[in-house]
Amino acid sequence: MLDNRRGDTFVAFEHVQKSYDGQTLVVKDLNLSIAKGEFVTMLGPSGSGKTTCLMMLAGFETATHGEIRLDGRPINQVPPHKRGIGMVFQNYALFPHMTVGENLSFPLEVRGMGKSERESRVKRALDMVQMGSFINRRPAQLSGGQQQRIALARALVFDPELVLMDEPLGALDKQLREHMQFEIKHLHEELGITVVYVTHDQGEALTMSDRIAVFNDGRIQQLAPPAALYEAPENSFVANFIGENNALPGMIEQLQGDKALVRLDGGGVIDATAVNIREVGQRTTVSIRPERVEFKPEMMPQGAHTIEAKVVEVIYMGDILRARLSVAGSDNFVMKMRNTIGQTRLAPGQQIRIGWHPQDARALDPV
Amino acid sequence: MANAALDPHAAIATTASGVETGRLTTADGKPLARALARSQRRARRRAFLLVLPLLAFILITFVVPIGQMLQRSFYNDGFSANMPEVSAWFARTERGTPPDEEAWTALAADLTASAEARTIGVVGTRINYDLSGSRSLFTSTGRQVRRGIEPPYDRALQEIDEKWADPQLWSTMREASIPVTANFYLAAVDRQRDAEGNIRQVEERQQVYVMLFGRTFWLSAVITALTFVLGFPIAHLLATLPMRRSNLLMILVLLPFWTSLLVRTTSWMVLLQQQGVVNDILVWLGIIGGGQRLQMIYNQTGTIIAMTHILLPFMILPLYSVMRTINPSYVRAARSLGATSWTAFRRIYFPQTLPGLGAGAMLVFILAVGYYITPALVGGASGQLISNMIAMHMTDTLNWSMAAALAAILLAAVLVLYWLYDRLVGVDNLKLG
Repeated sequence: MLDNRRGDTFVAFEHVQKSYDGQTLVVKDLNLSIAKGEFVTMLGPSGSGKTTCLMMLAGFETATHGEIRLDGRPINQVPPHKRGIGMVFQNYALFPHMTVGENLSFPLEVRGMGKSERESRVKRALDMVQMGSFINRRPAQLSGGQQQRIALARALVFDPELVLMDEPLGALDKQLREHMQFEIKHLHEELGITVVYVTHDQGEALTMSDRIAVFNDGRIQQLAPPAALYEAPENSFVANFIGENNALPGMIEQLQGDKALVRLDGGGVIDATAVNIREVGQRTTVSIRPERVEFKPEMMPQGAHTIEAKVVEVIYMGDILRARLSVAGSDNFVMKMRNTIGQTRLAPGQQIRIGWHPQDARALDPV
Repeated sequence: MANAALDPHAAIATTASGVETGRLTTADGKPLARALARSQRRARRRAFLLVLPLLAFILITFVVPIGQMLQRSFYNDGFSANMPEVSAWFARTERGTPPDEEAWTALAADLTASAEARTIGVVGTRINYDLSGSRSLFTSTGRQVRRGIEPPYDRALQEIDEKWADPQLWSTMREASIPVTANFYLAAVDRQRDAEGNIRQVEERQQVYVMLFGRTFWLSAVITALTFVLGFPIAHLLATLPMRRSNLLMILVLLPFWTSLLVRTTSWMVLLQQQGVVNDILVWLGIIGGGQRLQMIYNQTGTIIAMTHILLPFMILPLYSVMRTINPSYVRAARSLGATSWTAFRRIYFPQTLPGLGAGAMLVFILAVGYYITPALVGGASGQLISNMIAMHMTDTLNWSMAAALAAILLAAVLVLYWLYDRLVGVDNLKLG
């Protein structure tokens, strides 16, 4: 069940549960193993338990039940300062009364490292994030992006094998955030460290991660590499949470292996791939990505079922055209078309028939 | 700046600093600065009118009276205004000149005029400040001269009272003949001028002020340290407890704060006296015998205990307001970087509480230095502070000039401390809440 592509398990959560008040579980039976050198992202809406998991790994929260292992060693009873885990905080947590150099020197000082060794390490870490000339500045004199880099350098300066990042780019503007995503990714590859990254931004998760664990309601809903997560969501939550998604409610009419025929509630029959349904007559929600919807018959497979659609509006977005369609009684069906020279321009009010490859329509649990 | 290219923020900063600064004008050629001032004048005038009532109130009821009071510390015309002729003689002659015929004549004329105008008491009081027992000399002589006095005046006055021949009296009168004087300040540091005008210490048994200043500052420092030791953990608890429980705790901190100062001081009297609650409990527990009840009040201990309790909220509140803003992620970051909880406290948490600690310490110290009611009630003899002496000069001896001089020294000392604090810590780091 667990994917250990890069060798041995480095971080393992085993049946971990967490409750703050003794009444409700914030984390319900978490099982996750992370290989050495892997970049794993915990993605989920706020309150889904992802940050709690990170805090348990860092040692700031204790697991109510279950075991957390680091490199084979149980760490439930190990205090945070003995875990040797680097951490980058959401608000950077740079010590405001120290200069950049002192901030970076701090983890080395508490480890009892000599002065010259400290200086060379601080310099190396600052150069790694291209901030060498800022050593005597105070955090308040730096911009958000610069503080972010210093926080990163501080988490790496004592050569931890595992680095945790708690929504580190949340406070940056879009352009800078994208830039920093690549920088963090490159550092991860260069240093060969293991990274556990928490975010609620799915774009960030898709860009950076080796694997993504989608959290909801205290459970991992799906743990998969980005492409699999986007193209083959295993349940309706993941399908809706990652990327844009069309959800069509209906009932299973025929089931043959993983090929299903779904009768939609608003009328019409469509082809779909059965994912987590078992029998004919079961209710389902079919999930289709907007860019996989076709309206030209030549683009659809032979004998595919098509359904009626009426164009409500077409929005010009530059690289793509985004059409909102009325399908099976709902006005919120979205179709995306590439803005190529030969692209057919649809007009509001136009009647079309839409269809898709059966593997792109996934029959999931009913919402 | 090789990094500028990588960081959009840095890039913006460099272009902004590259703007040339010159004299800018508006579209129709007026200087920009003047146009800006004019456009804001109305708003500024309205803002000034809004604060005017408060400004007037403070000026009339606070600044002017205090200024007048402080003026008394170096300006007292009680003698010079009522004894013009003898003051003129003092001005004409050298210090140490024995009184001649002219002087006695002037003195007799002044005494007569002053007795007629019923200002002889003011004159006597002024001389009495520097030479005790002189007030009765002036008033009784005043009564005599109103009945008539014949030359030669030296003999006549000395017949009324032989103290008129005392060179110390003449020296004191010479000092008092100039309304502007440093004598009150000299007295406030246990110094006085002798007959030759040299500054020397007063007799040992009369030296009180320097000792009292020292005790005031020492006790204030002790009280400040105690409020810090007691208040720091409470402030931390307040800042870290969940909202509901911290609100309850906050009420417990503020409740005594809202209670009358007198009530709190008297309740300490009930608790600490020899037959009081604390002694009873200690005897009951067998820690001390019935005959060894502790003297915890009407001495310095009482002053320290009561004032520490009363001033505690002034330490807790600024500390709390600073601690509340310290993000817990700083300590977490320190822990994740390998620091033990003690190191994280010492190196990361505590330094960030310094603005609150500075503010709390300043508040408590300055309040303690000027505290009056509590030491007066529970201080006994050894717990009296300089403020009690100021009050005594205001209400008992009526030597307002002396009170003003003592108060001015106290004020100056506090301002010096404030200046030192600004130099060492920086007043802009102060956080009062």
